Amino acid sequence: MTRTWQAAPSVGHPMARVEGFDKVTGRARYAGDVALPGLAYGWVVPATIPRGRVLHLDVEAALAMPGVLAVLHQENAPRLTDIGEGTLFLFQGDRVPHWGAPVALVIADTPERAREAAERMRVDYLPEPPDCVFRADHPALYEPRFVNPHNETVTEKGDIDGALAAAAVVVDAEYRTPAQHNNAMEPHSTTAVWADGRLTLRTSTQYAYAWSQSLTRLFGFAPGTVRVLSEHVGGGFGNKGNPPRPDSALAVMAATLVGRPVRVTLTRPQLWPLTGYRTPTAQRLRLGADRDGRLVAVEHLAAVQTSRLVEFTEQVTMYSRPMYAAPHLRTGHQVVALDVPTPRWMRAPGEAPGSFGLESAMDELAEACGVDPVELRLRNDTADDPTTGLPFSSRRLADCLRVGADRFGWAGRDPRPAVGRDGRWWRGTGVAGAHYPARTVPSTAHATALPSGEFVVRVAATDIGTGARTALTQLAADALEVPATVVRVLIGDSDFGPAQGAGGSTGTASWSWPVVTACRDLAHRLASGEAVPPHGLTSTFDSTDAVRARHELARYAWGAHFAEVAVDVTTGEVRVPRLTGVYAVGRVVNPLTARSQLLGGMTMGLSTALLEESIMDGRFGDYVNHNLADYHVATNPDVGELDVAVVDDPDDELNPSGVKGLGEIGIVGVPAAIANAVWHATGVRQRELPITPARAAL
Amino acid sequence: MREFAYARARSVDAAVALVADNPGARYLGGGTNLVDLMKLGVERPDLLVDVTGLPMHEVTEDGDTLHVGALVRNSDLAAHPLVRERYPVLSQAVLAGASGQLRNVATTGGNLVQRTRCGYFTDATKPCNKRMPGSGCPAIEGEHHNLAILGASDHCVATHPSDLAVALAALDARVGVQDLAGPQEIPLADFYRPVGDRPDLELTVRDGALVTGVALPPLPAGARSAYRKVRERASYAFAIGSVAAVLKVDDGRVRDVRIALGAVASHPWRARVAERALVDAPATPPAFEAAAEAELAAARPLRDNAYKVPLIRNLVVAVLSELVGDR
Ligand SMILES: Cc1cc2nc3c(=O)[nH]c(=O)nc-3n(C[C@H](O)[C@H](O)[C@H](O)COP(=O)(O)OP(=O)(O)OC[C@H]3O[C@@H](n4cnc5c(N)ncnc54)[C@H](O)[C@@H]3O)c2cc1C
Ligand code: SF4
Repeated sequence: MTRTWQAAPSVGHPMARVEGFDKVTGRARYAGDVALPGLAYGWVVPATIPRGRVLHLDVEAALAMPGVLAVLHQENAPRLTDIGEGTLFLFQGDRVPHWGAPVALVIADTPERAREAAERMRVDYLPEPPDCVFRADHPALYEPRFVNPHNETVTEKGDIDGALAAAAVVVDAEYRTPAQHNNAMEPHSTTAVWADGRLTLRTSTQYAYAWSQSLTRLFGFAPGTVRVLSEHVGGGFGNKGNPPRPDSALAVMAATLVGRPVRVTLTRPQLWPLTGYRTPTAQRLRLGADRDGRLVAVEHLAAVQTSRLVEFTEQVTMYSRPMYAAPHLRTGHQVVALDVPTPRWMRAPGEAPGSFGLESAMDELAEACGVDPVELRLRNDTADDPTTGLPFSSRRLADCLRVGADRFGWAGRDPRPAVGRDGRWWRGTGVAGAHYPARTVPSTAHATALPSGEFVVRVAATDIGTGARTALTQLAADALEVPATVVRVLIGDSDFGPAQGAGGSTGTASWSWPVVTACRDLAHRLASGEAVPPHGLTSTFDSTDAVRARHELARYAWGAHFAEVAVDVTTGEVRVPRLTGVYAVGRVVNPLTARSQLLGGMTMGLSTALLEESIMDGRFGDYVNHNLADYHVATNPDVGELDVAVVDDPDDELNPSGVKGLGEIGIVGVPAAIANAVWHATGVRQRELPITPARAAL
Repeated sequence: MREFAYARARSVDAAVALVADNPGARYLGGGTNLVDLMKLGVERPDLLVDVTGLPMHEVTEDGDTLHVGALVRNSDLAAHPLVRERYPVLSQAVLAGASGQLRNVATTGGNLVQRTRCGYFTDATKPCNKRMPGSGCPAIEGEHHNLAILGASDHCVATHPSDLAVALAALDARVGVQDLAGPQEIPLADFYRPVGDRPDLELTVRDGALVTGVALPPLPAGARSAYRKVRERASYAFAIGSVAAVLKVDDGRVRDVRIALGAVASHPWRARVAERALVDAPATPPAFEAAAEAELAAARPLRDNAYKVPLIRNLVVAVLSELVGDR
């Protein structure tokens, strides 16, 4: 076979998405699109009380309705293994854990018939008084054993109280962020099909391999029974992360019960109680500094909520652990279990709300010390992680701040608040730092040379719209030293073996390790004359040992955000004409898709700052604005000019491709930069999100 | 599956004959509100009578009155040259509503008759006096940050969501309707029923009356008009407060003023108290503010919507002041 060696590398080029054409022409098939003969449809019957027991379900009446094949409920559902995941332990008893939890699933021959029967089903409950409202002083708050995913609940260095008592300047403030729901465009949908003793799920997941493992254990199937396919996923933002979402388990149960393929798709309102959300947070920040703004003490404490089903504690104050130098530093968390849906991951879990606390408090400190907020952050830069003492693999926060200040035109800013009146608007500017952990997770990939001269790479990765498939194609092409046009990367299939999911900004960093290594190995074998058999020549690499052998270092991506806001003097409407984001994110594999990720993150940060809030009615235990008309996500007119730049960040201590991951850092700190700008514009501190006209009004 | 019949009306009389006095029947305009409510199980009609084929698509002049057919699409209404020239407030109000896609299909009649966006009303699993009379009003103690501050009752605190209707209220528009008794025209101000103890009854006309159009009388010579809407999101969001105003000023004094407030009551709220306070008053911000305060003295805000009181006051002052200023 001939090999076409390419002089120019593919990495670094703005290659258009390899599946872009299929997506814009509708050829790409999402989980709920796949047509199958004999497909039946499951529809969730949601609980309409927040707490209590199911006494009776009128199953007979539902079964008598046209097209209804079966009703799944606690009496006929398969018995499950308790894998510590209460949201999947469905129909195993009569307890109602929260409003909207499934109490039955109606299966019918069309979705309309399933829905009608589900909506008409009579359910009798024995309600109990619920406790659904999160409060910073809830008496049931406690310190959990760890916070997400497996981090220390509390860290403590030095003597916080002593340092604060002695500090020349102290900021002591409370900040609040609301519950938010990550609304991807594509709904959650799973189609389950049994064939030849195997169960195939086409589902909307960010974690194909992990879902196959969890569902296998949940149902007590033999290893290898469940295959999860997720070729195209229409967004996730964490809401399709691990563990599996209930649609998957329901589809498995239903297909098993009725002996034919079953699809379960959740509606937009069902997303609110069933798929996860970002917990509301209450944070207290105490900063102590000298008169020049050098921090002596940082204390960051947070309270969050979880459900009765799972202890899920968002790692809010982890943001403050590596961020700014401080000899005395304490972070901690408390959580309260309520009769509410289970919170889950949402873009930059921990860092997004935590950065609102710390980066807002830093702005208050800048004001108190009379130091420019950019300069204040530079003064508190550090070479080692202030909590663990570990050196950073790279730390480019200062570069991001300087480059950002320059691009934004920060120099010469009048630090006084409420001096920028311009006709109908108060104008102001604000800044915030940002970081996001640069993690790499063990994964496996296979690279195959075909006799045709083409290459196929297989890895159980997911592309949730980020461009991951394209980036892996570029990395594989360079490792193989061939043009990207002869490389096909297959993803979204759990049969490709263990692999990290698309979450925690770990995807490309994790998958690229085995992809690049397997491709290099294959190129080497080909170069040394190994023949390509008719079915292809394959190299496989599992990065587990290599990842574990790395030095112990603090690895992070860095960033800085600058915001200009205009606040309407009459109405309190806040507009954001301009945002600048500057990032250090290791090697940028594809500047086009990277930019889109960062723009998307900044936009979501803006949306968090001004709009997004799920409103709990504690009498029902329901987030009552559970639709996209009432839960506001930013639209085009909300978004002004977005300026994105990256600074050089070579980092050999990460992984063979030098990739840090950039899916989340774009959201971190943006709400604080905007809130700080609103203070600069109006003189009124915004310690609670979102900054609606009601809050910003003067 | 929930089945319903669909009929395409061949004439106004035929449409009225099908729907009037038939509680299970609904007119279908653009469907942007009705079809959503059907999907949510809030509306469960067994007959939809599609009126979009009826001859009510025109904007016509009759002397100095402008007639807008009930089927004129929101986008066409906003773009109509005579509307833009004579009634800027109306064009601005329509363009401030919904989204381009929705305005392209939404009709004038449907816009006036659209239902409230109260989240308990649109969720069939919740009690709601408007949807299920006698079941209670959870909004009063619950989520109501965008509900009424004026004219509400202990039975319902919903707001009417339309922007268009607020402008029509300020324009002294009349609504053309037809029922089994024949056609009639009624002032928009009398078209909506006060809430009282029957929030399920929203209109004063007979059940199943067809809206045939809207008549716009001329504005006083020299009057100016404007609409301003406040919303949480820059586009594609309902008002949390809005003001439509028509103002005529001579020698620094108010000669004619009409003010309608949106997102504050179960219907567009004509600010008659403020208007009376302004007749022959100096056209200055302090006078506007005093008038707005006088109107808002009747406000009865709930736990989470008191912000609307200063918001509306500021908005009235800003809109009237802008109308006074040179353009
Ligand atoms: C996401 C979203 C955002 C929106 N934002 C705004 C906004 O910001 N401002 C705003 O003003 N509106 C807004 N709307 C509402 C929109 O303007 C209305 O849905 C639309 O105007 C209704 O017109 P339609 O022709 O589609 O009515 P339909 O949905 O067809 O009908 C609505 C009601 O009117 C009745 N009806 C229709 N035609 C007649 C008639 N000729 N005579 C008597 N009864 C009739 C129907 O039976 C039904 O009860 C929004 C809607 C959505 C979905
Ligand atoms: S305010 Fe009116 S529409 Fe809303 S819940 Fe109460 S009765 Fe229903």
